[in-house]
Amino acid sequence: MGDLDGLVKEFLVESYENLDRLDKEFLQLENDPGNREVIASIFRTIHTVKGTSGFFGFERLQQVAHAGENLLAKLRDGALSLNPGMSSALLRTVDAIRAILGEIERSGGEGANAYQELIAELEAHLEGRAVDDAAAAPAPAAKPVEAPVAVSDAAKPGEPAAPAAAASAAAGSVADQSLRVDVRVLDRLMNLVGELVLTRNQILQHAGAAAGSAGGALAATSKRLDHITSELQEEVMKTRMQPIEAVWGKLPRVVRDLAKQVGKQVRLDMEGKDTELDKSIIEAIKDPLTHMVRNSVDHGVEAPAKRTAAGKPAEGRILLRAYHEGGKVTIEIQDDGGGIDPARIRAKGIEKGLITAEQAARMGEREILNLIFAAGFSTAEQVTNISGRGVGMDVVRTNIEKIGGSVDIASQVGKGTTITIKIPLTLAIIPALVVQSGGERFAIPQINLLELVRIDKDKAATAIEDVYGAPVYRLRGQLLPLVFLNKELGLPQAEAGSVNIVVLQADDNQFGVVVDSVLDTGEIVVKPLDKQLKHLAVFAGATIMGDGTVALILDVFGLGTRAHAVGKGKEGKRAATVAAGEEKEPLLLFQSPDDGRMGIPLSQVVRLEEMEASKVEGAGDVEVVQYRGEILPLVRVFQVLPERRRNPRNPDAGVQPDTLPVVVHNHGGRHVGLVVGRIIDTVEESLKLQKAATRAGIKGCIVINGKVTEILDVEAVVRTVVPDFYKAAP
Amino acid sequence: MIDIAGSSRQYCTFRLAQYHCGIDVLAVHEILRHQPMTRVPLAPPVVKGLINLRGQIITALDMRTRLSFPPREDGKAPINIVVGTGAGEDEAAAALLVDEIGDVIDIDPASCEPPPDTINGAVRDLIQSVCKLEKGLLLILDVAKATRIE
Repeated sequence: MGDLDGLVKEFLVESYENLDRLDKEFLQLENDPGNREVIASIFRTIHTVKGTSGFFGFERLQQVAHAGENLLAKLRDGALSLNPGMSSALLRTVDAIRAILGEIERSGGEGANAYQELIAELEAHLEGRAVDDAAAAPAPAAKPVEAPVAVSDAAKPGEPAAPAAAASAAAGSVADQSLRVDVRVLDRLMNLVGELVLTRNQILQHAGAAAGSAGGALAATSKRLDHITSELQEEVMKTRMQPIEAVWGKLPRVVRDLAKQVGKQVRLDMEGKDTELDKSIIEAIKDPLTHMVRNSVDHGVEAPAKRTAAGKPAEGRILLRAYHEGGKVTIEIQDDGGGIDPARIRAKGIEKGLITAEQAARMGEREILNLIFAAGFSTAEQVTNISGRGVGMDVVRTNIEKIGGSVDIASQVGKGTTITIKIPLTLAIIPALVVQSGGERFAIPQINLLELVRIDKDKAATAIEDVYGAPVYRLRGQLLPLVFLNKELGLPQAEAGSVNIVVLQADDNQFGVVVDSVLDTGEIVVKPLDKQLKHLAVFAGATIMGDGTVALILDVFGLGTRAHAVGKGKEGKRAATVAAGEEKEPLLLFQSPDDGRMGIPLSQVVRLEEMEASKVEGAGDVEVVQYRGEILPLVRVFQVLPERRRNPRNPDAGVQPDTLPVVVHNHGGRHVGLVVGRIIDTVEESLKLQKAATRAGIKGCIVINGKVTEILDVEAVVRTVVPDFYKAAP
Repeated sequence: MIDIAGSSRQYCTFRLAQYHCGIDVLAVHEILRHQPMTRVPLAPPVVKGLINLRGQIITALDMRTRLSFPPREDGKAPINIVVGTGAGEDEAAAALLVDEIGDVIDIDPASCEPPPDTINGAVRDLIQSVCKLEKGLLLILDVAKATRIE
């Protein structure tokens, strides 16, 4: 038994269960021979056995079941009516199936008996040759007719009796070894064990405090309790783990059928079938995985002729690999098909309106490939019933991200495609970092954790810099946006002291969360929040800490989104990559109301002027000044930019109230004046943005002369006041 | 939900500010003394925190806030009435924070009336009916509505 394939075992248990039901149904049928429903149910059971045995390659079993199924089909459709000869033949079919199953369980093979006689008899019934004649059938077959109670015994006195008896004994062994348990019972068990662990912890404390001889005995007993509890916890956790085979098992059939349907030859290989995953995760990846494998067959592997032409073997290969890596499970779906042509994806993406041509030109190959996960994307030329409806890959990604996983795709034209899925081992228990902020404890999933940074009290004030109200920290020369947890959650501020930064990763963005203190790391049991609190995207759930109190689990992505540290970043990064190769460019620097610095590329500046504030006139809702014989609309940059701070440190930005420094900007022969802060300098600097924009009107930030400088997005700022400034002149 | 014409029903009563209130006793799982709780930042004000109820995390809702009463005086710990919410798949529990717990009493539906039209709109939905008892009035609250977070 021990060597038996898990799937076969599952098949045996299921089949025995079904066969037990069959006995009852046959008895029912004896009393009510015309009952089609019962016949249909028996038919389905036998049909299932046939299908599954075919899948496992148990040919004899399949033949026997097939012969029985044919007869049952006729009976079900009313083409034949049941007579005692048939029912005894069918009962012996059930016994034969049992006997073969017993043999499979014992030896892994189907045994020597091919049941030719039985098959012949079933076929005879089917063709109407075998009349209801006890003589035609083997001797024992006649008996059951008169006495329904004796039915199940009827076949046993004859030749198949011995194996059948052995089989039922063996059946007991498999069935006794496994049980079907409601997952909710397991969940409740988990909860109770969790509670037990807490109680144990308290007892251990008391035992430690107790003194004297009674204390010694208590200490010994509580130590035992400690061991047992730990072991119990481990075992209960194990009950939820299943090998990934539970999902993969169904795929060979899927691949085979689909390959036939589309006229391709595909071999499916699997590596790492034993990789274990939590039941809930297995459930969650079942559909996405099936979908992706179907996609690989349908879109990935080419037709045999095309493959041969390309010098590849006619048979395509799909490889499924699963392995544990860094606390996660990685699943790869690899095919050796035609690969994905980024150019086609790009064109399709533009055609479907998912991206603009301009964006497409800026996107890297990997980004382009990942477009296939966008909603409404499908490159199949034809919509088949297999795939190509443009739903699917986006759902795949959503489902995988829902359980905290990620999907990535890599492809080489002509060589094949690899889709890599990374998912957590379990949803129920995760390693987490426990931090404190505003007097409350929070758990942060370690999956999102990059590193911890601690800044001493005396350095804290200078280490955290300010970009127009947005705090940043220079982490190895890169600007890391900071999110103060207590501020974000509306909790009281701690006294100024040393600063603890938890550096987190969400999506492609990094940001630092400033907390009051970092307490501990440990495994926590994730419990969902009340569904009425689900809308709080900042929290992923709650957990019960060692002392029995509840702590909230932060959702890093939700927190990042709330603090605007996540989301816009991608755009900014793209801009940053584009700018990376550029030469140094002269920049005009001026002061911002926050005592920060801002820059405008000098190429966008025609002239610098100082204007008298009193000369500003209103024209409609735009401020203008008369300037060199034309009317110059004015854009007050600091009023256009979204406020960072209610009370800027230097509201005038270093400018006398009665003069206005104006940067004149030109486009297509038209001019506009940007009212800025005190002009500081012009410098030559590479416009390689080191940090993504944090607000509208800003392209990003760079460090100039050791100071963080925001680069103004002139076009965006001008448009807010003069919307049609960049349109072609009338 | 109250069956005006039906036979008498039992209500779990409690005090909330100056009012005597009641909820259907069948909705009540248990009564707990004040429990330590973890507050939920950013949650609506009615959510006072999360309680660990033997491994199950339940949300505590302050009925004073829910019914727009002034906050409890300092030093007075509320009582938790753990009630069931939802049914089937959605089955869950919540804790209602009240000032003081009272008796379970039988009420003759005939003594109940719908709440007067003149009471505050937001609270009106929560009050299922008003029962005229000998000693005063009892406000019957709708548990399903009381546990719904706006």
